[in-house]
Amino acid sequence: MLSSYLPVLLMIVAGIAVAGGMLALKSLLGPRNATPEKQKPFECGRESTGSAHARFSIKFYLVALLFIAFDIEIVFLYPWAVVAKGLGVVGLVQMGVFLGVLVLGFIYVWKKGALEWD
Amino acid sequence: MELLLISTLKVILVFAIVLGALSPLAGWAERRQSAMIQDRVGPNRASIGGFRAWGLFHPIADVIKLMTKEDFVPATRNRYLHTAAPMIAFWSAVVTFAVIPFGPWLQIANLDIGVLFIFGIASLGVYGATIAGWASNNKYSLLGALRASAMMLSYEVTLGLTVVGVLICFSTVGAQELVVAQAGPIWNWGIFKQPVAFVLFFVAAMAATKRAPFDLPEGESEIVAGYFLEYSGMKFVMFYMGEYIEMFLWSALATVLFFGGWQIPWVPFEGQTWYEFAGVAKFLAVLVAIAFLQMTVRWTLPRFRYDQVMDLGWKMLLPASIGNVVVTAVVIIATPAGGVLQRVALLVGNAVVVLVALAVAAAMKGENKIGVTTEALRTQRSEEAVH
Repeated sequence: MLSSYLPVLLMIVAGIAVAGGMLALKSLLGPRNATPEKQKPFECGRESTGSAHARFSIKFYLVALLFIAFDIEIVFLYPWAVVAKGLGVVGLVQMGVFLGVLVLGFIYVWKKGALEWD
Repeated sequence: MELLLISTLKVILVFAIVLGALSPLAGWAERRQSAMIQDRVGPNRASIGGFRAWGLFHPIADVIKLMTKEDFVPATRNRYLHTAAPMIAFWSAVVTFAVIPFGPWLQIANLDIGVLFIFGIASLGVYGATIAGWASNNKYSLLGALRASAMMLSYEVTLGLTVVGVLICFSTVGAQELVVAQAGPIWNWGIFKQPVAFVLFFVAAMAATKRAPFDLPEGESEIVAGYFLEYSGMKFVMFYMGEYIEMFLWSALATVLFFGGWQIPWVPFEGQTWYEFAGVAKFLAVLVAIAFLQMTVRWTLPRFRYDQVMDLGWKMLLPASIGNVVVTAVVIIATPAGGVLQRVALLVGNAVVVLVALAVAAAMKGENKIGVTTEALRTQRSEEAVH
């Protein structure tokens, strides 16, 4: 059973090897003559001011939170989806309750304005 | 030992298909196609011995040029993360092909969790974009990274939910099992059971690849090149190829879920050699067709505004995909399995989902900016300016 994951391991190693190989090719073939001008961060020709790691909107944080809630929901939906036919009406009702709670939360989030972007 | 040898050969074959054939050809095809759409000539100069071959040698010339380019980077970058980001982006796109069944035998690993594995690895691609933007220490890059992470996360929810409907229909998550379940007449294909899911999947997949009209993380005219602004030469190629490979990944997954994979309709699989090769050819043909459709959309539609993208993802696609899961589950459990009744009921259910979604969208038009025309926005802005 575990041996079916051996080819995946092979693929993972091959992926790293190809990616590393491309970087190695770059450092072998590419020229290297860095100047202070070249090494400035690009800001459309202006002198860069301050750190680029500035503050950003809290909206992005909200999206991440919402994503976690829904992604975990999906993780629970997958196993049910595979056996949904066998579980029949009982499984459907149970999943309906589970989904219903999340949909209620979704409506709350929507009405609260967490999905607005202005 | 034998398993190791066969898997190594398969890995090489898949790399040859994806990296050696599909990606360069896609680069060429996209440039030619965009030229056709925009009424230009397109690339046709590169030649070997005076033989131009409609610009087919341009990918080779591109690779040679980009390999010999200087990789210059900002001095204030984070050295290790800056190098790791393109590797993550490229790696996460390539490794997912481990479970894609190109043919009855051409699949590197037939995992029980096939589709789940694809989602698990493909979502690591978000790290590539986010780390790239953060490590570059560039303001445009940071903006691009934020946009990329929020957008990709939002659309991943829809991407995952649309698949649930298909899984209910076929009762498996294994990629090969999904293909086998679609054998026989053409209406056994997923698209005839879940047409709405396919449309939602296609839109969400386009957003997941960050290509126009969802190219806000790159947005050349707004944030120059977004998260990979500070990348040049081979590192840039890795992002670029990762994007192409991801496009093929979602096309391949759509083929597996909705178009019967390597199954040729009405022709039963009898373990014959010709059928296995015909199946691989059919799989690649469908894959290329879906990728071509993605390219056409890319060169046809202009870029969304960011609030429009988030509205589309959270307020339209997500509720529609939840509705699709509910309707599919109810229909599958309420009707006898495999009958004509079930097929028709599924299509009716899909139509209901579409109608409800359209009605809700129409009702939201007043409050939702998706429906607001530029003209209306402009008057609103000028009114605000007056006050």
